[in-house]
Amino acid sequence: MNDIEKNKRREFVSELMNKYVPDRTSLLPILQDFQEKFGYIDEYSQQLIAFELDIHPVEVNSVISFYAFLYDKPVGRNIVRICKNIVCEFNGSKEISDAVIKEFKINPGETTPDGKLTFEHVNCFGLCDKSPSMMVNGEIFENINKESALKIIKELK
Amino acid sequence: MKKELRSPVSQRPFNAENINKTGIGAEVSIELNGKKLRVPLGRSILDICRDNNIHIPTLCYHEDLCIAGNCRMCLVEVEGMKNLQTACSYPVTSPVKIKTFSNKVRKARKHIVDLMLSEHYGECYSCVRNNNCELQRLAREYGIDSYEFGHVCEPRFEVDDSSHAVVRDMDKCILCRRCVRTCIDLQEVGVLEAVNRGYDTKISTFMDTPLNDVICINCGQCINRCPTAALHANDPSDQIWKAIEDPSKHVILQTAPSPRASIGEEFGLPPGNSMTGQLNTAARMIGFDRVFDTNFSADLTIMEEGTELLGRLKKAIVDKDKSVMLPQFTSCSPGWVKFIEHFYPEKLDYLSTAKSPQQMFGAVLKTFYAEESGIDPADIVTVALMPCAAKKFECNRPEMNSSGFKDVDYGLTTREMAKMIREAGLVLPELPKSSFDDPFGEASGAGLIFGSTGGVMEAALRTVYELVTGRPVPFKDLNIEACRGMKGIKEASVKLENCIEEFSFLEGTDLKFIVAHGTANAKVVMDMLIKGELEGYHFVEIMACPGGCIGGGGQPIPTSESIRKLRAKAIYEEDGASAVRKSHENPKIKYIYEKYFTDGPCGKISHKLLHTKYTKRGKFIN
Repeated sequence: MNDIEKNKRREFVSELMNKYVPDRTSLLPILQDFQEKFGYIDEYSQQLIAFELDIHPVEVNSVISFYAFLYDKPVGRNIVRICKNIVCEFNGSKEISDAVIKEFKINPGETTPDGKLTFEHVNCFGLCDKSPSMMVNGEIFENINKESALKIIKELK
Repeated sequence: MKKELRSPVSQRPFNAENINKTGIGAEVSIELNGKKLRVPLGRSILDICRDNNIHIPTLCYHEDLCIAGNCRMCLVEVEGMKNLQTACSYPVTSPVKIKTFSNKVRKARKHIVDLMLSEHYGECYSCVRNNNCELQRLAREYGIDSYEFGHVCEPRFEVDDSSHAVVRDMDKCILCRRCVRTCIDLQEVGVLEAVNRGYDTKISTFMDTPLNDVICINCGQCINRCPTAALHANDPSDQIWKAIEDPSKHVILQTAPSPRASIGEEFGLPPGNSMTGQLNTAARMIGFDRVFDTNFSADLTIMEEGTELLGRLKKAIVDKDKSVMLPQFTSCSPGWVKFIEHFYPEKLDYLSTAKSPQQMFGAVLKTFYAEESGIDPADIVTVALMPCAAKKFECNRPEMNSSGFKDVDYGLTTREMAKMIREAGLVLPELPKSSFDDPFGEASGAGLIFGSTGGVMEAALRTVYELVTGRPVPFKDLNIEACRGMKGIKEASVKLENCIEEFSFLEGTDLKFIVAHGTANAKVVMDMLIKGELEGYHFVEIMACPGGCIGGGGQPIPTSESIRKLRAKAIYEEDGASAVRKSHENPKIKYIYEKYFTDGPCGKISHKLLHTKYTKRGKFIN
C-alpha cells in the first residue's frame, strides 16, 4: 500500500476516534464505519485501529475473522450472499447457488476477476418463512428462484 | 499500580480474600459430595475442592491467568441446575449441593477428553511433552482406550518454526487459550489470539504471519503454560551433540543461576532444590570441555552497568548534561530488550548499553579465554544453559559478534539440558557434586541472585553503594529485602551518605530504584516514564518473565507463583552461603580487569566487547 492510501486511512481512523469513544468497546462500530468507506479492513488499518484503541492488532484481526460481514481482504463492488441453511436448502437454495457459481465462474467466498461481484454462502438470515433468501449489498430478496436471482445479480453494476 | 486486567469482569477470578468475612452471610453452608462444609462466600467450587483435597481436572485453568471456562473439563453437578457447571468459574453464593464425580460428570468429562483427542493430531511417543502433558494425563485419568469420536490421521497445519525461540505446532492445540491469556493479559505483548469461529477456530498470530515476523518478544511464557506441545522451544540439542562429538571443537557450557535451582524438577524433585554441583558433573560427563559459571559474567555486568549508572549520574548532576537519560533501565533480559525495541523504540536511550551476562560471557570466551588458553576462537563452541527462550533469539542477533565470531553459538533451555542429561543415561540427583572450571568458576552471590526478580538491582546496589561510600550497603547480612518478593512493581531507595571524594557530588542523594517483572508491569513503568512520573528515579530493573529468570520460558513445566517462590528461595539461600557476595570483590573480576579490560569498566575495550546497541523495531508489521 502506498503512502497516499495510508494517509487516507490514517485520516479516516483519526476521524473515527473523534466520533467514538477511543476504547476497545468501540471496536465494532469503528470497523463497520471503516469497512463502509474502504470496502475492507486492510492489514495496515487493522494495526492502526488497534494502536489507537490500545489493544493488540491480533485482537482486531480476531474480531474481523469472527464476524462474517467484516472482511480483511478486498471484496467486489457487490456482495451477494445466499443462505445455505437447511430450510433454504430444502426450498432450493443449492440450485440457485450452483447456477450463480456456473454463471459467474466463482466459488463461494471468491470475487470475479473484474471486481464486480463477491459471492458468499451465509448460515441464516432468520427468514426461513420466506426462503430461499438472498442478500445483495445489504438488501434482502425473499422467495427467490434461479431465474429471479440471476436476473437481480446481472442487473448489478 | 497495576491497572485493571483486560478481561471482562465476568472472566476475572473470584477472590475470597477480598470478602468481608465478619458479617452475616460471609460464609455459606454447602454439601460437597455429601460432606457438609462452611466456605467463604464467593469462593469458586474449584478452590473449595482443592482446599478439601478433591481433585478436579482442569485444562484451561491456570493460577497465573484469568478464568476462561472454555475447556469444560472441570464440570461438576450442582443440584438444582439443569446443566453441569464449570467448577473454575462457579462462585458459591448460596447453600448448594455439589457432586464432583457422579456418573453424569464422569461421562461428560470423558466425552470432552475424547472430543479433544478427535482433533489432536500426533502420537504421544513422538512428542516433546511426552509424560509431561496435561491432555495425556487426563486421557489416562479418564481411561481413554479408544478414540470414540475418531482421530485425525494427517497433520492439518504447518509447523511454524520460523522463530529462534518458540515453535508453534497447531495440530497439538486444544484451543484452551492459555497462550492467548498469557500473551495478552500476563505479558501484554499480544501476539496470539483465536481467529475464525466454530469448527474453524484456531490460535493465530496477526494475519497468520510467521512468529519470527510478528512482535513476539520470545519470552516463552506461552510455552510454560501450554498444556500440550502446541508451543515448545526451538531445540538446538542435536547441533550441540554434534559439536560435542567433533574432537576439533572446544565446547564450553556456561550455566545461568536459574537452571540449577529448577532442573531438579525435571528429575522428579520438588521445586527449590539446588543442583549446582550435580549439574556440573552431568555436563562434564556429557562431554562439555569446560563448564563455567554465568554468574561470573553477571558480576561483569554489574561492574559495567554500575559504572555506567555512576557515569550517567555524574553527567547529569555535575555536567548538567540534558542528553543523559535517567533512570537507567537494565538490559539483562532479552525479552524485555525486544519488548522496549518494539513498543517504546523512542525510549531506547534509557536502556543500559551493557550486554546481558550470556553475551558478555560469549565475547569474553572467544577473546580473552581463547588467547589465554591458546585455542583458536573458531574452534570454540559456546553453549549457554539458560532458563530462557529469548536467549535463543538474543544469541542469534546479528550485532552479537563483537569477538569476530558468533559470541554465543547456542542457547539451551533448562528443559533441553534435562533432556540431554536423560539421553546420556544420567540421573542428575544421584550424581556427585563438582565445582566449576577455572578461570571463570568463581562467582559472587550477587551474580547468583540475578536469577530472581530484584536480583540485578540488589547486586548492583551492593556494588554501587560500596563504590560510592566505601562502606557495604547498610542492610542486615547484605540482604536488601525491598528488592525481593513477588510483588509486580517494587520501589525503594537508599540514601548515599559520607561519600568518598570521587563521588562527593552524590552526597545526600536518595538513590531511588524500581524493580518490575513481567512485561505487563514493564508497560506500566514505561507509561509512567512517558508521563514524566519517573523524575527523580535513578535505576530501574525489568525482567520480562514473571518472577524473573526463575520463571523463565525455558524452565521446567509447570510454573506457578508458589513454584517460583521456592526456586527464588533456593537461589537466595545459595547466595547467603556464598563466600563472596559482592560483584566487585570477585577475585576473577579483579583479575580480568587487570589483565584484559585494562582501561576499566566502560572503557574502550569493554565498550567494544561488552556493550551493544539496539534496533528501533516499532510495532507495525508490514
